[in-house]
Amino acid sequence: MSEVGRAALLVCLALALYATVAGAFAARERRRRLAVSAQRALYAAFASAVVAAIVLFSALLRHDFSFVYVADHTSSKLPWYFCLSAFWGGQEGSLLLWLLVLTGFAAAAVFLQRRAQDLIAWVVPVLGICGVFFAFVLVAVTSPFATQVRPAEGFGLNPSLQNPYMIAHPPALYLGYVGLAIPFAFAMGALLSGRTDERWIIVTRRWTLIAWAFLGIGQLLGSHWAYEEIGWGGYFAWDPVENAALMPWLAATAFLHSVMVQEKKGMLKVWNMLLVALAFNLSIFGTFLTRSGVLNSVHSFTEGPLGPWFLGFLCFSVIGSLALILWRLPLLRSKTKLESLISREATFLYNNLLLVALCLTILWGVAFPMLSELVRGTTVTVGQPYYNFFLRSFGLPLLLLMGIGPLIAWRRASLKSLGRTFVIPAITAVVAGIALLIAGAGSSTPGMIAYTFSAFVLASIALEFWRGTRARRTLSNVRWLRALGELVSRNRRRYGGYVVHAAIVLLAAGIAGSSAYGTETEGKLKPGQSLSSGGYTVTYRSLTREPKGNHVELRARVDVYRGGKQVGVMAPGKNEYLAEQQVSNEMAIRTDFLRAEDLNLILDQPNEDGSIFLKMVVKPLVNLIWLAGFIFVLGSVITLWPDAREQRRLVERYQSARAHGRP
Amino acid sequence: MTALALVIGAIVAVACVLWVAGPFLREPTVAGAADLFDDLDPAASQALVLAEERDRALGALKELEFDHRTGKISDNDYRDQVGPLRREAADALRQIEAAQP
Repeated sequence: MSEVGRAALLVCLALALYATVAGAFAARERRRRLAVSAQRALYAAFASAVVAAIVLFSALLRHDFSFVYVADHTSSKLPWYFCLSAFWGGQEGSLLLWLLVLTGFAAAAVFLQRRAQDLIAWVVPVLGICGVFFAFVLVAVTSPFATQVRPAEGFGLNPSLQNPYMIAHPPALYLGYVGLAIPFAFAMGALLSGRTDERWIIVTRRWTLIAWAFLGIGQLLGSHWAYEEIGWGGYFAWDPVENAALMPWLAATAFLHSVMVQEKKGMLKVWNMLLVALAFNLSIFGTFLTRSGVLNSVHSFTEGPLGPWFLGFLCFSVIGSLALILWRLPLLRSKTKLESLISREATFLYNNLLLVALCLTILWGVAFPMLSELVRGTTVTVGQPYYNFFLRSFGLPLLLLMGIGPLIAWRRASLKSLGRTFVIPAITAVVAGIALLIAGAGSSTPGMIAYTFSAFVLASIALEFWRGTRARRTLSNVRWLRALGELVSRNRRRYGGYVVHAAIVLLAAGIAGSSAYGTETEGKLKPGQSLSSGGYTVTYRSLTREPKGNHVELRARVDVYRGGKQVGVMAPGKNEYLAEQQVSNEMAIRTDFLRAEDLNLILDQPNEDGSIFLKMVVKPLVNLIWLAGFIFVLGSVITLWPDAREQRRLVERYQSARAHGRP
Repeated sequence: MTALALVIGAIVAVACVLWVAGPFLREPTVAGAADLFDDLDPAASQALVLAEERDRALGALKELEFDHRTGKISDNDYRDQVGPLRREAADALRQIEAAQP
């Protein structure tokens, strides 16, 4: 069956190439049939990618080790559901996933706009180029369908990938990465056609939100995987590959805010084009980082011949998008200007500057070791203090701006009215700060600032909902709950955005709590010996080994005490994977919802005499991070939910414009 | 197995070619203006820009009213801003009417 897979990829490459060349010619000459034919080529490219994906997945399920990829990433004892992880656990499979999602998104985006031929005419070739690159790489550079004489057994899957989170984390992240190709293609299409009106923004608004939401969800799933699986008790380590996902998310966040300024005020057109290009190019850069082998991190599983190809495509994309923006600069000039530095649009601008500054400092931190090695021949590591410094420097003002922005009106606000709207949130923040000081949280200044700002933001969000609901109730003469429903459904982007802001506040509180107020200790224990930290005492009892499926479980029995009373039993350990000949850490986590904290136990160095090294980590408020994930999804869904009223208005706007043009 | 795979591959390839060539197979003799897709002419493009400006001005007015109603904007600020915004909206509407064919 490998031939079917190879043929499907070859057909996909030919179709993407046709969509690029025929699409560009059709767009230039306004050829209707050729344009439709090029769009059909994109749909067919998706169908071919689906065929290729089915071939690979069925080979993984059948443990067909005559496929090199299957033998390298599975074993006969691997549970079937981890075959999904194996699909995207290796280089070739993950690139096939890229191609599958890219062609799927491209086909969907083009199909949904098929009636607006003038809008999508140039979008088709831009998406086609992206498809050509990924299909070419899979056909000519690194094929998932390479075959061999069938070995008796495969090498198995990296144990750290044998985790349920690894079934969901990579696809979510890829949906985000690849989703950014759609707003990029529409933006470049607008530049190529010279139509820089707002249509491309309106059409891609949901695509950007979907990509951004999936990138956020993917990162949170990845953080939870790291927290559970890697076994150091943390959830984010500024690993270059984690940064690779964070950077496009920050750029997309900046774009989602600045695009509102363009819609409301007609400003920041060049800036928005730059942000769309930055977000997409950072997603390509992220894939380059993980797949080129330039990094040595837990995520970079392979080193291969991909680097130069990715670098070439990245350079082409960066130079091409910048050249297009420069070419169309006269069309992108705004008629309006910022009226006041105290206005909603000004706070969006400050927010954008901080987000982009944070994004670029992270980019510099990722790129510097590579540049240093290239120029000076020495590898320099950019450590956590660098990133933490900039996270505090840019992240804390960003947090505060989330509270200030909603309180300020568009265009301009007088200091007097500003003072009036700030009173309640400011008092809330001060009271929260004093309460935290009394509660003993003053040991960490950044933690204190983060919590005080968080209180300010939450108060301003609550105030916005309260004032809006009250006004709606007065207008419609309805009950409070109905008024709240009407308020949100009439302004989904605004109030969905506030819900997302609340999620970010919880995230910030979780990060501040777990990093600023966490405690940890470690020691060598013999059975019967104890260790104490953060109010807990743990006593090591015994060590057991038990064969389970494709691995052997090693578990320590540890009794947990708090205030002299036993509150539970935990079992930190390790799994020894037989086919893979690797060992994974299996951290034990005990969540106390009342105290809002986690106790983590990590076992290391189990010795012949029954002694072990045990690390004990207490993480206050860490669960707020995962709770933030659910609220983030809720806010994203509210924001994404279609608004029929707005759709009608946009259709009417476009139809009346067309009527003007007819003779 | 290899022969079967190649047959399947060939069928997929032929199906794709037929699908992509569909528009030409369905309308083999269309030429000239009939084969051009609809594009916004300069007048329609200008009308679209004006409609965007109108919607922007009307949206800003609506937003101002709501902010005033919720107490985010004082009476004085409201009075200062509502006039210019109404003029902007009226200008946009006037320009759209003037551009009517």
